[in-house]
Amino acid sequence: MKPWLRWLILLVFAIYFFGPLLSMLDFSTKTTGGGRSGAAWKALVTNHQVLDAIGQSLLLCLTTVILMLVLLLPTMIWVRLRLPRLKRVIEFLCLLPLTIPALVIVVGINGVYAWVNYFFGYSPVVLTFAYVVLVLPYAYRALDSSLSALDVTTLAEAARSLGAGWLTVIARVVVPNLGAGILSAAFISVALVLGEFTFASLLNYQTLPVVIDLFGKSDARVSVAAALGSIVFASALLLLLSFAGARSRGRKGA
Amino acid sequence: MFTSAGKEPVAVDFVDLHRHFGNVHALDGLTLAIEPGELVCLLGPSGCGKTTALRILAGLDHPTSGEVRVGGKDVTRVSANKRDMGMVFQAYSLFPHLTAIDNVAFGLKLRGTGSGERRRRAGEMLELVGLSEHADRYPHQLSGGQQQRVALARALAFQPSVLLLDEPLSALDAKVRVQLRDEIRRVQLEVGTTTLFVTHDQEEALSVSDRVGVMHAGRLEQVAPPAELYSTPSSQFVAEFVGLTNRVPAVTRNGSAIVLGQHELPALAGSVDGDGLALIRPEAIAVVPDEEGPATVTAMSFRGPITQVRCELHGVGGSEPTDMLVQMASAAAQKLTIGGRVQLVIDPTAVLVVPA
Repeated sequence: MKPWLRWLILLVFAIYFFGPLLSMLDFSTKTTGGGRSGAAWKALVTNHQVLDAIGQSLLLCLTTVILMLVLLLPTMIWVRLRLPRLKRVIEFLCLLPLTIPALVIVVGINGVYAWVNYFFGYSPVVLTFAYVVLVLPYAYRALDSSLSALDVTTLAEAARSLGAGWLTVIARVVVPNLGAGILSAAFISVALVLGEFTFASLLNYQTLPVVIDLFGKSDARVSVAAALGSIVFASALLLLLSFAGARSRGRKGA
Repeated sequence: MFTSAGKEPVAVDFVDLHRHFGNVHALDGLTLAIEPGELVCLLGPSGCGKTTALRILAGLDHPTSGEVRVGGKDVTRVSANKRDMGMVFQAYSLFPHLTAIDNVAFGLKLRGTGSGERRRRAGEMLELVGLSEHADRYPHQLSGGQQQRVALARALAFQPSVLLLDEPLSALDAKVRVQLRDEIRRVQLEVGTTTLFVTHDQEEALSVSDRVGVMHAGRLEQVAPPAELYSTPSSQFVAEFVGLTNRVPAVTRNGSAIVLGQHELPALAGSVDGDGLALIRPEAIAVVPDEEGPATVTAMSFRGPITQVRCELHGVGGSEPTDMLVQMASAAAQKLTIGGRVQLVIDPTAVLVVPA
């Protein structure tokens, strides 16, 4: 391919991707008189409702990632090591949320959440339970490809023959070699949680996307600033993920 | 230098081991006694049960019935991490996130050895396998042969009662395989650990073992020192699996067999009268140029000190010509020409006669 053609394609894609983002930046910094102002961005760090929503969403990211890893990682390792016949079942269960529209899940769990709120109190953090289900398909894929790249059975048998119990095998032999997979699963989960609107809105929790939507109706500039901030944050995470993946591949393949 | 001094070598016993996978009998009554400090090799084709036996000894698999004893104690139901056995696997099994020295020290760390002592002993083990300079390298920075050396050092670092080697050389290229094979034997003799080595490579088995057990269909066909196994195989399977063998028609009568119409040899115990088969090693045949001889040289292949000669033996017992493979000194082979008639002289002590 000729270099100028390569640059042309790159330019077209850059306009396609960055055009809307630059427009958002332009809109969020424009004043009604035609001047420039950082008021909308300042509101992001001074407006209590926005700040709360950012805090809640970040906390949700953290709890979702932790619960997802605690549930999924040992299960997948154990199934691979000891119950390989269950792999298809686990895969099916994890991929199931992909096939059911979010709206249907929300309607289904609406009644359950009455009880969740009763037991855990009314806080957006309880969305963790629903979000873990939501991120399962993506987290499963990330962890599964990482596990497949590793000869887990041989490593586990080697560790066992050296005197390691099953917990040691998982914690000190398998998990340290799944760094890239764990990072991928975590970052994808964070990106999903930061962008999730349907669950939070229909279950009446004030997460960042819900607050962005609310502000869109009263103060569009703050709303667009928050949306742009959210996109940039998620993009930065995904960029980190691709760097981490490349580093890991480089280490294994060198 | 590190040795297993202070830890007495132990005996290992397989007692009537059976292992069934559905209808498949991977082990069908395996009984074998390994002496303390001995290196025994289980040799056999794929699916003969040798790896199953090793995995049962390691505790990575469990027998359907039978017993495994180590140092006289029944360990059949003891889990793998409590068996005190070092193992080297066919696949590269070093932990990718640890350096060579940390891999070697892993077993010591699990046993609560202090960090200084751990590092010292791991360093000694790496020195034993000639990899001191690679202590801080990660597995992906080591060649296949180096990785298997580190795996050997790791398996021996915590002074295990038994060393298990599951086809550790099969993933390596030919030159490295020979080097590492000799190194394994040297290290094993140095540390004196009782060792079970599993392989399908007869040359490997014969060159490193105190005794070789040939397995077939879940059973031991014969256990003997390498030279004995090669020179006096107890069955057709052993004779054909260990070393190259010519198959020549023979006639068995009253406990003896007539081979090539001229040699009268004792037949294998239990042989019934009738048509038999003589199994003759290529090096047990001498080829003598003879214009009236019953065989014709069809091909010669120079192999350095020896030459492989193929001859066609005509009309043995009125049958079709028989292809015979002969290994002889290259100096003697120079007198032969392709297409020339020859006489085949067989060493009768190196022939095994079995029922056809």
